[in-house]
Amino acid sequence: MAPQRTISIAGENALIVYFGDTPSEAIAAEIAATASQLRIILDDTLVDLVPSYASLLVIYDPFKTDHHAVRKAIRKALNTPIDPDSNQSASLVTLPVYYSIESGPDLQSLADNAGLTIEDVITIHQQSEYRVYAIGFAPGFAYLGELDPRIAAPRLATPRQKVPRGAVAIADRQTAVYPAESPGGWNLIGLCPQLMFDPSLEPSMPVQVGDRVRFKAIDRETYLDMGGLL
Amino acid sequence: MSSGLKVLQPGIFSLIEDAGRFGHHGIGLTSGGPMDPQAFQWANRLCGNPLSAAAIEITVGGLILEATVDTTIAITGATVPFSINRQTRELWQSHPLKVGDRIELGFALSGSRSYLAVAGGFTIKPIFNSAATVTREALGGLHCDGTALQAGDLLPCSVNPARQQLRVPENQRPDYADNSALLRVILGYQQQAFSTVSQQRFFSSEYRVTESSDRMGFRLKGPAIQSTLDGILSEGICLGAIQVPADGQPIILLNDRQTIGGYPKLGSVLSLDLGKLAQLLPGGSVRFEAISIEQAHNALLLSQQRFNDAVLETLTTDFDDDEKDEKGEEGG
Repeated sequence: MAPQRTISIAGENALIVYFGDTPSEAIAAEIAATASQLRIILDDTLVDLVPSYASLLVIYDPFKTDHHAVRKAIRKALNTPIDPDSNQSASLVTLPVYYSIESGPDLQSLADNAGLTIEDVITIHQQSEYRVYAIGFAPGFAYLGELDPRIAAPRLATPRQKVPRGAVAIADRQTAVYPAESPGGWNLIGLCPQLMFDPSLEPSMPVQVGDRVRFKAIDRETYLDMGGLL
Repeated sequence: MSSGLKVLQPGIFSLIEDAGRFGHHGIGLTSGGPMDPQAFQWANRLCGNPLSAAAIEITVGGLILEATVDTTIAITGATVPFSINRQTRELWQSHPLKVGDRIELGFALSGSRSYLAVAGGFTIKPIFNSAATVTREALGGLHCDGTALQAGDLLPCSVNPARQQLRVPENQRPDYADNSALLRVILGYQQQAFSTVSQQRFFSSEYRVTESSDRMGFRLKGPAIQSTLDGILSEGICLGAIQVPADGQPIILLNDRQTIGGYPKLGSVLSLDLGKLAQLLPGGSVRFEAISIEQAHNALLLSQQRFNDAVLETLTTDFDDDEKDEKGEEGG
């Protein structure tokens, strides 16, 4: 039995679909499937979609359609069974990470606070398969969940002015890779040499909302060979 | 030398904007685009352009350009002193330019954003299908990297000598002088988490635009309104969304907003009214009025119809003096 899904008005040309109160694997998959269905059904009346943790914002062209027609399209999409084979967004992406004190300045304090060794933190971070719950904050910033509670950590009391591009980070029960140098308050545990956002590439991101992500440890040399910077 | 308009002085904050960047919210890209779309569209229409053509959004003013091409320009939006070769020119109408002409904008007297369009539009390499500059994302604009205009930039455009001078009819031009706006609101999102009293307070109070207002959003100050929610799971934010953080002071999210956010929202401002908001200066007065989504839809269609039906006035010659002479003859 699917959880209660509701459709609310967001604005003059936007409806938002709520899939539940808490993010989960099942909801992430359903959002991805609904989004791809809506791209087909709404076609050129669709302006944009914003998938997030447990919701999907549907922005339409008010000069080509209206909220009644879009509601109908959303209901149709919600009632379309998820076809695992055609769900292109379910791809599994493995991201290499150079975990170390050198590349992850918060690794030591995170391990200390968790009562674990640095090696434990690195192992646990690689053990889970994550879902891309949302992309936002900055172009290409993917929120990955859910992090093993043993290595969950609150945001830093004082955010850093500069977090380097590729920083692999933890905040609460989420993890992420910073797509570009920016300020940031997440705990840094390593560096990923793969670009998370490159406007010159198509697609410009290696992941999209709903994708699965794994992290795999690489050593310093491999990191540098892959173009990583220190 | 390639042809275009050369930036001699960029002014306070001048950006290349087209209609905006759409279809990429999924990777976190915001829409960008003109803060006052009506003024932007009129500028393009005066130049005979598609309504989405790339133009310059000039915040506050101070832009000085030199033409290296024969073309046509038009400036709309905020009331700003405007001259070509130190001769005062009218806003809301098109003007011919010759190679070597110097276009100078002073500082806004009312309103805060002006739009300068050129015949054929500026030829800017699109990134994610748009030339719109989003500083925060380091995307778009002349150099594709989100930077504002800088002295020395050459904004490319084609040779497009004016055939006729056009003018926006007086009754179509907005008036920014009173620095106030009535914003129509479509209730939605977490509306139910705001008590009836809070909503009544919101719709019956006057709010003021604060200094912390920019292309991302306008922060307002006034009677606080509270929802029963501390925060929500981050979700998609549409243009004009009214976000209410814990301090109860509403923020209207605009063109360069972040695509997702975790504050409760009361609904969204009708896009037709966002241009008026964007023209307000700090201290400007804002009031809200609730409308239904059907009313919003009708207002959008009606506005488009009105814009399409409006006929630009054709000026017989380029010079104000000649115009006066003609009138004089009629009178005599």
